[in-house]
Amino acid sequence: MDFDLSEEQAILKQSVERMLERHALPRGGRELWRDISDMGLTALPFPENLGGLGGSSVETMIVMEAFGRALVLEPYVPSVILGGACLMHGASLQLRDAFIPGVVDGSLKLALATAEIGSGFSQTAIETRAIESAGGFVVTGRKCVVLGGDEADWVVVSARTGGGAGDETGVTLFIVNAASEGVTRQLYRTQDNQGAAEISFDGVHVTREHIIGAIGGGMSVLSRAVDTGIAALCAEAVGVMSRMHEMTLDYIKQRKQFGAPLGANQALQHRAAEMFIALEQARSMAIYAAIMVAEEDAGNRGRGIHAAKAEIGRAGRLIGEQAVQLHGGIGMTSEYPLGKYYKRMTMIDLTFGDADHHLAELARKGAMVGLL
Amino acid sequence: MKLTLDPQDLAFREEVRAFFREQVPAATRRTLVEGRHVSKDQMVEWIRILHAKGWAVPHWPAEHGGTGWDPLRQYIFLEELQRTPAPPPLPFGVNMVGPVIYTFGNAEQKARFLPRIANMDDWWCQGFSEPGAGSDLASLTTRAVRNGDRYVVNGQKTWTTFAQYANWIFCLVRTDLQVPKQRGISFLLIDMRSPGVEVRPIVTIDGGREINEVFLTDVEVPIENLVGEENKGWDYAKFLLGNERTNIARIGISKFRIDRIRELAAGQMSNGKPLLEDERFLEKLAAIEIELKALELTQLRVVTEEAKSGEKGRPSPASSILKIKGSEIQQATTDLLMRIMGVHAMPYHAEPRPGSNEANIEPADAAMVAPNYFNFRKVSIYGGSNEIQKNIIAKAVLGL
Repeated sequence: MDFDLSEEQAILKQSVERMLERHALPRGGRELWRDISDMGLTALPFPENLGGLGGSSVETMIVMEAFGRALVLEPYVPSVILGGACLMHGASLQLRDAFIPGVVDGSLKLALATAEIGSGFSQTAIETRAIESAGGFVVTGRKCVVLGGDEADWVVVSARTGGGAGDETGVTLFIVNAASEGVTRQLYRTQDNQGAAEISFDGVHVTREHIIGAIGGGMSVLSRAVDTGIAALCAEAVGVMSRMHEMTLDYIKQRKQFGAPLGANQALQHRAAEMFIALEQARSMAIYAAIMVAEEDAGNRGRGIHAAKAEIGRAGRLIGEQAVQLHGGIGMTSEYPLGKYYKRMTMIDLTFGDADHHLAELARKGAMVGLL
Repeated sequence: MKLTLDPQDLAFREEVRAFFREQVPAATRRTLVEGRHVSKDQMVEWIRILHAKGWAVPHWPAEHGGTGWDPLRQYIFLEELQRTPAPPPLPFGVNMVGPVIYTFGNAEQKARFLPRIANMDDWWCQGFSEPGAGSDLASLTTRAVRNGDRYVVNGQKTWTTFAQYANWIFCLVRTDLQVPKQRGISFLLIDMRSPGVEVRPIVTIDGGREINEVFLTDVEVPIENLVGEENKGWDYAKFLLGNERTNIARIGISKFRIDRIRELAAGQMSNGKPLLEDERFLEKLAAIEIELKALELTQLRVVTEEAKSGEKGRPSPASSILKIKGSEIQQATTDLLMRIMGVHAMPYHAEPRPGSNEANIEPADAAMVAPNYFNFRKVSIYGGSNEIQKNIIAKAVLGL
């Protein structure tokens, strides 16, 4: 057992950090995406025989933590992690050959469209329908908050081909060209300035060849992809939290009131210590997510991911809220970077289920029995 | 990074697990499962079983009976022991005075005391805290005055765990009043059978008799019982307290208690179904389990770091996290265990009087859940209170 980075991993971390330093906050845009692709990060999680670098969940964790520290806005998780996981764990060989090279070299962007009005954090409570027709399916429905959906060339969309809202079976995944007839997008930025879209599918025709996974059996692919995405978000969150904690420490060491640094007050020292404990516990759970996401048993994998996301959400909220509190008024200003991190952290909590949701799901599945 | 245990470490875990399963005396295990205190005889019996296997002092240097296990294996061993559950070796001998003696003691002291600690021929207790010296330990006032080949000791120690069983006590005593308080302290080993040593029990809020006051009145201590140099005792105490914190997360104990929570919750009904199927209960349990899983990984990060750096025993600032979260989790589990039993946690179960034929109050499983809850409020106080730990983090880690 060894939690230190290997030499290669340390080089990866260092080169990602150096590359990101060349870009100014807010870190987004075409040039950054090109640098991310040129470094091979878009190839990272794909197997070598598909042109990827064969990185494991640990390498993804390293990259995502660096992205979190630098507040990267580019749609790496939607396209490479979520889109990539759907392709690798459910797509036919033809689909993989058609899509993965483009994702690997960064020329093609994917997004995952699952949430709907009224679906809450559930992946199965959906009303988008796909009805069989000559040579394929016709997809009709509306998807909300598709992260990276503003720039995506293709969108993986979940739709019901059977069963009713909430059923595990009957969900099918389709990969749909965003320029297809019947697809309309309303583009916007999220609270933390990520690109996203509401996407309507109005009788969009999709061929059978563009189904990912089995008809009606999309949930096994989708839940694996979402678990992979959550593990990546957990690592990103650790990067975000560690920056917020550092900024707070710097601030309370420098800012003087009543003739002494704020950090001389024990009430604030203890708060900073509590933030540190939360950060280290969150870091441990991001590592746990990286361990469990590689687990073949879907039930154990899912419970491990619930546990990690719940801990990350809880810790992120504590650190974010207290970072703003300890900064005082300056923490409330839009100009000061802390708020950007705080908003990013809050949006991560809301992505694929917040801490309360994952705690409840974990409880519903028997909590951590067998995993302790 | 290699985030899982190597096959050799997994095999090691199986080996110690099997040993504990077979070798912990059934009555002793039962005592622990029910949350009762093991007796002195049970403790000594168990430590001698461990010692016969060569596992009584695994973390000691090999020449004094250590096993040579790296910190990861030592952790696996302790976790498995705690989860079984088996009585954890008493820290006062094997984790506190033992390492002080083999690190700072002379050859005679090592030969005289270490083998007897390993085999539990001696029962040690800790004479650090005083009525006026708690978190501010260095302000202690117990005096030792050199008189020829002896020290004459006067003062009072308190919170002394199991002093009623102990035949030796290691004490911090003041030997110089003229220097700053940390520099006038010495580390003395005192035979509890010496004239002038008096032990008075302090009954705790759970009704338990773990801790005591120890009064020292004109106690004569031979100078060969001084460890290391006179007036260097504070250095040895800091070394000792650093060791105390390394095992303080007590992950295995919390895992055992969660096993017990599940066992008892399966038998308690709530709204017509077992409590273990109640979602609100499971959310409470899950929240604790998540924290415990996070702490386990934090602990493993500390342990593997230690294994690499070879700096065992140095108080890593991370050990303050282990203390704070470990104690919070222990308190959360004892709290939940009590709440599972609900109204049945309320009766005070006196120790059955010998020869009494009074019926036990049922359910017997509930007897200790409230006392254990009350008793475990101590874990955020002893070993440097959680507030002191936050001070340590603020200063040593965060530079505040």
